[in-house]
Amino acid sequence: MPTKPDTALSSPRQTEAVLDIRQLSVHFDLGGNLLGRLFGRGGGRVRAVDGVNLSLQRGEVVGLVGESGSGKSSLGRALLGLAPISEGSIWFRGQDLATLSGRRLRELRRHVQMVFQDPSAALNPAMTVEQAVTDPLRIHGVPAGERRPRVVEALERVGLSPVELFLSKYPSDLSGGQKQRVVIARAIIMDPAVLIADEPISMLDMSVRAKILTLMLDLKDQLDLTYVYITHDLASAKFFCNRIAIMYLGRIVEIGDTNEIFENPRHPYTRALLAAIPDPDPSRPKTADLLRGEIPDASRPPSGCSFHPRCPVAFDRCGWEPRDLVATLEGHWLRTSPSTYDLERSRIANLDDISADGGSETVLRPSTDASPTDLVALLSEVRREDQGARFWEGVDEISEEPEGVRVRFHSGEDPVLRRNGDVEVACLLY
Amino acid sequence: MTPAIEGSPFDRSTPVIDVTDLRVWYGTTRGAIQAVDGVSLRLSPGETLGLVGESGCGKSTLGRGLMGLLPAGAKRDGQVLFRGRDILRMSEREAYGLRGTSVGMIFQEPLTRLNPLMRISEHFQETIAQHEPDLSKSEIRERALEALRLMGIPPTRYRSYPHEFSGGMRQRLMIALALVLRPAFIVADEPTTALDVLVEAQIIGILNDLRRNFDTALLLITHNLGIVAEACDRVAVMYAGQIVEQGSVTSVFGKPQHPYTRELLRSTISLSTTGLNYIPGSPPDLIDPPPGCRFHPRCPDAMRVCAGHDPVQTVRQGGGSVECWLSGPDELIPPGGTERLEREEIGVADEA
Repeated sequence: MPTKPDTALSSPRQTEAVLDIRQLSVHFDLGGNLLGRLFGRGGGRVRAVDGVNLSLQRGEVVGLVGESGSGKSSLGRALLGLAPISEGSIWFRGQDLATLSGRRLRELRRHVQMVFQDPSAALNPAMTVEQAVTDPLRIHGVPAGERRPRVVEALERVGLSPVELFLSKYPSDLSGGQKQRVVIARAIIMDPAVLIADEPISMLDMSVRAKILTLMLDLKDQLDLTYVYITHDLASAKFFCNRIAIMYLGRIVEIGDTNEIFENPRHPYTRALLAAIPDPDPSRPKTADLLRGEIPDASRPPSGCSFHPRCPVAFDRCGWEPRDLVATLEGHWLRTSPSTYDLERSRIANLDDISADGGSETVLRPSTDASPTDLVALLSEVRREDQGARFWEGVDEISEEPEGVRVRFHSGEDPVLRRNGDVEVACLLY
Repeated sequence: MTPAIEGSPFDRSTPVIDVTDLRVWYGTTRGAIQAVDGVSLRLSPGETLGLVGESGCGKSTLGRGLMGLLPAGAKRDGQVLFRGRDILRMSEREAYGLRGTSVGMIFQEPLTRLNPLMRISEHFQETIAQHEPDLSKSEIRERALEALRLMGIPPTRYRSYPHEFSGGMRQRLMIALALVLRPAFIVADEPTTALDVLVEAQIIGILNDLRRNFDTALLLITHNLGIVAEACDRVAVMYAGQIVEQGSVTSVFGKPQHPYTRELLRSTISLSTTGLNYIPGSPPDLIDPPPGCRFHPRCPDAMRVCAGHDPVQTVRQGGGSVECWLSGPDELIPPGGTERLEREEIGVADEA
């Protein structure tokens, strides 16, 4: 009996790449400005995007998913030249957008357009709908006589019809959904190949979110568009995207076909994100184990795997370092009374300095009214009390010395993206 | 008339907050905006009520109205009993004393509510000293550290400044500040909207612990139905200034009886979403709302009676209440009233 060919194979579609991002980095220097110096962070560097590779196939929707500070928006902005590219290249139609400038760049850039999160901020309140949507045509030198019909066509495409009703309106006359339609009309009017949509529905009321997504899907088919969908909302990404890249501290930690990411998440961070999604169905089991902590400061990412301090399954090779000891002590003091905290804290002379330490070992020094033995006892107590903590996996040795307690950590490794089944994942478990 | 709170596990105790027929309106040059129009609800100790609806439905105004925190020019009417005393009829001085110690509020944007020049310790000292001037500095510190501990903020951070905290930590800090006086009733207005999923989930966990540990009654205002399902016992669905359906979360989300609740659930994009649905049109202008049921112009099930007669509150199957002619009472529907309402199609021109 003949069967239908299996079209749902999750291998990458063998079509041409519309946009090919290679080893792209966006770094912001903190040293050069007054603020950085003021806070003593001179010379610091935020690696907002750190060596990302991503190839967009024609017609697909790729989701960039992560928390604030994951670098997803910086990556999106870099594709439009709105964020400084420190390294890497963005290949588009045989040219590298990262190295082009001036007129050549402007000509190519019209093919990559953006839809912003907040339509109220993206539209000039003093411009009518017609002026806003005409603007790109004016900038790219389309003759005045040809502009009107193209504006009308774009507005009709985004559903703002009858067009006469909207042309002379100002953003303040429009609802949130209508404003986002105007922003989309402005983005498609130059007939782009790629649309970067940065949280296009998160500011909208839930009753219209689905409508805007539907519109975007229709436009994709009609206009042969390729999308990059930037979001922290995994539920909409699941519906909207063909492929999903999970980002953490400037890097892609897992990337693959949407179904595979949702059905068989590999990276512990992806699993945590999936578990945290609140679901309106009351019959679904409630979120139980939650990830602790928050995404760390990108100017000083954790060593090894940058996710290791929050990871529920981290082990010895994940990159443990002195500041993890401080976090472990802080976690311990969350479970003690203020008086115990006062006593224990007063025994350590150099807690604040330790968090600034790098390297694979540190010395916890006793204050004048305590001894190294007291600190060894404190560490044993903390370890005994919090059996499940992953931190101790990474501690190779605790030794009492005249000056204090030396804690030596297992050497860490920085995981790189590796193929695992149908996805790529950056985690030492694989 | 106060709706029954059947379906809630807290029927036994007396309500902390008991709202009857609350109305709040703002005067404008075009006429009065009826932001809250006849709302009645109750909360028992340890109970969390989710208040959901689209932007502009009046949910934030309702939350602020319960706190007595309305902007100048807002008028209100009805009864808001906090442990038997009517907040709306208190002097400004009495109401001020009540806020913080007995009722607290958590806002959406934590950074705008913290003073960047004050250490965390000073925020606590200020908050506590206003309401309990007799506490010593070390007693204040002990209380503050306890509140921070509950929020997962280690005592090492007590002397930090707000800018040294991440967004999620600031929101937890705000909750700690709201909690330090142990209020019996808290209004949280979109407390997680500005936060990421993981931090949002942490905050929801914290709010859940809160009611278990302190018997705090919580009104959680949100547009996120998923959060209501995770964190609330009961839910009230608000549309155009009125509560159209309320009851236990399991019952209301599991078997919605008001078409608005049903459509709102259908338009929510969740992990189980396989097709996109949305509600056509937009919520009405509250200066001149449509006659009859305010949802009838957008309602896929609207009947002729809905366009001309205000719906009557009835007891829902499964407990709680609903205001919709589809749920009856049938004897009040005029002859021919159940026929399908014919109307024009709703286009993008009317979209939200």
